[in-house]
Amino acid sequence: MTALANNSEGGVGSHRAAIVPAAVTRLRLTDFRNYTAAGLEPSGRPVVLTGPNGAGKTNLLEAVSLLAPGRGLRGVQVSEPDRRPAASAETRTASDVDGGGSEHGARKPWAIAARVAGPAGTVDIGTGRDPEAERRLVRVDGHPARNQQALAEHVAVVWLTPQMDRLFLDGGGARRRFLDRLILGFDPAHAGRVGAYEQAMRQRARLLKERGPGGADARWLDALEVQMVERGVAIAAARRDMADRLDRACRQAEGPFPAARVGLAGDLDDWLDGGSALAAEERFQERLRAARPRDAEAGGAGVGPHRSDLMVRHAAKGLPADQCSTGEQKALLIAIVLAHARLSGAETGTGPILLLDEVAAHLDGERRGALYRRLLDLGLQAWVTGTDRAIFEGLEGRADFFRVEAAAIRPDAAAR
Amino acid sequence: MQEIDRLIQLLARLPGLGPRSARRAALDLVRKRESLMRPLATALAEAADAIRTCSTCGNLDTADPCHICTDERRDPTLICVVEQVGDLWALERAAGFKGRYHVLGGVLSALDGVGPEDLTIAQLLARVGGDSPVTEIILATNLTVDGQTTAHYITERLAESGVRVTRLAHGVPVGGELDYLDDGTLSAALKARQAL
Repeated sequence: MTALANNSEGGVGSHRAAIVPAAVTRLRLTDFRNYTAAGLEPSGRPVVLTGPNGAGKTNLLEAVSLLAPGRGLRGVQVSEPDRRPAASAETRTASDVDGGGSEHGARKPWAIAARVAGPAGTVDIGTGRDPEAERRLVRVDGHPARNQQALAEHVAVVWLTPQMDRLFLDGGGARRRFLDRLILGFDPAHAGRVGAYEQAMRQRARLLKERGPGGADARWLDALEVQMVERGVAIAAARRDMADRLDRACRQAEGPFPAARVGLAGDLDDWLDGGSALAAEERFQERLRAARPRDAEAGGAGVGPHRSDLMVRHAAKGLPADQCSTGEQKALLIAIVLAHARLSGAETGTGPILLLDEVAAHLDGERRGALYRRLLDLGLQAWVTGTDRAIFEGLEGRADFFRVEAAAIRPDAAAR
Repeated sequence: MQEIDRLIQLLARLPGLGPRSARRAALDLVRKRESLMRPLATALAEAADAIRTCSTCGNLDTADPCHICTDERRDPTLICVVEQVGDLWALERAAGFKGRYHVLGGVLSALDGVGPEDLTIAQLLARVGGDSPVTEIILATNLTVDGQTTAHYITERLAESGVRVTRLAHGVPVGGELDYLDDGTLSAALKARQAL
């Protein structure tokens, strides 16, 4: 491993003969968050990033998360990661974070270049903000990609961040997004379907709001609802399939990580349980048509996959995840992510890149050790962060260590 | 500098050009004043005077009706419906269609405030009504949410006309390899399979 120097050989997939997880083997950032120009060249093994708070560790994880479609692990607008001159992570003001207008002209568009190794060889991915527009550009092997969805063909990235500690307590949207990201590792087209469904739903909501259920052209509403129904049932079916497979994969506890039961709750999910996809489509369409007056009043749509929820239970305790302790919730989440990685390896011959931000610090020693062992067994490239190197003792000699300080990255090979 | 600023501002309004590209284009034009800038200005002025929208199909031409609508070798029973003139040009480049066209002028989009009355849907319905020779409408809208919504809407509006409504096939591109296709394209290709 090096920080923009030598490219080590052969780490990718060395833990498993048959499974070749995706791994970043070169990452360069330009004008990204607090980095002017920085980079690192991991070997393909797990990557440990240590350094003080505000140094830029999470920014590095965010950069890796942007190698997959979407808004990255912070879920921000495309210009948000632009580097702001004279604004470090510590000194940034609220108006900077909000993207206040006066500084906007001084921002430089961010760019990320990465080399990703996987079962099909290596691919060079470039992404960043279009200097002349509020949109994200994507290049694959030097060629412009039609859209971000092209990235899903090459790499899947799954993350756990401190904000996700409340995943089981907050609204269903975050849980659906979490499940959707897990699906992308198996079905790259899923993101496109979700985007198309949401667009059709927004169009219908606008039409109902502006013209009312009686004033809007009924055939126009019919046409939009057909788009929602076709995509909506496909989305629900994909989520159901993923939840079923995770449920089977999580039934056995993995050391200190508890067994979990995973399922979905929602009208559409019930209809798919009780009948064919075609029958679900018909029922969904009828419900949408009948709900027009109510949806015109309330906005959105009262039925659809955007109302479904991911349900997780602690199997041994029989408790819903939101009633478990904070530590147990975290352990359940890790158990699901590990099960997903295992499934991915078994079914696709590859595995996602895992981004675990400040995860180790919140686990006790037993769980931390077990997590490291599982990561090494699975051969995944997990990017883990923490302020203290000591908590990564279990990865010593088996991971690439980097020190991040004041937006500078350097290899940190020597154990202290 | 007012003139060059105005030039840059106008160029920046072209699709695909931002302020930076517009500045580069403006500088290039100024550098090539005689070989490019003046001929371009003349061509723009002549085009602005001569080009008109075909009142039948919405194509752009110097004649109204356009050369496609008046070409008697073209099949008057077929109308291919496209979103924009650029799509018509794309189909013409492929040289595989010998019927006539109808340019919608966009797609239905409640978010952009574009409704059926903003498109040429009424004109399309008029073209298939009465003693019209049209027997088939081919919907060639894009495979976007808005494109498909518009296609579905037109299909419903044409339901009582008795005209056959078809759409372009979706599936394996010419020269494409199955292994490289996304799941959605493969599913569409399977659904639209044909007997040999």
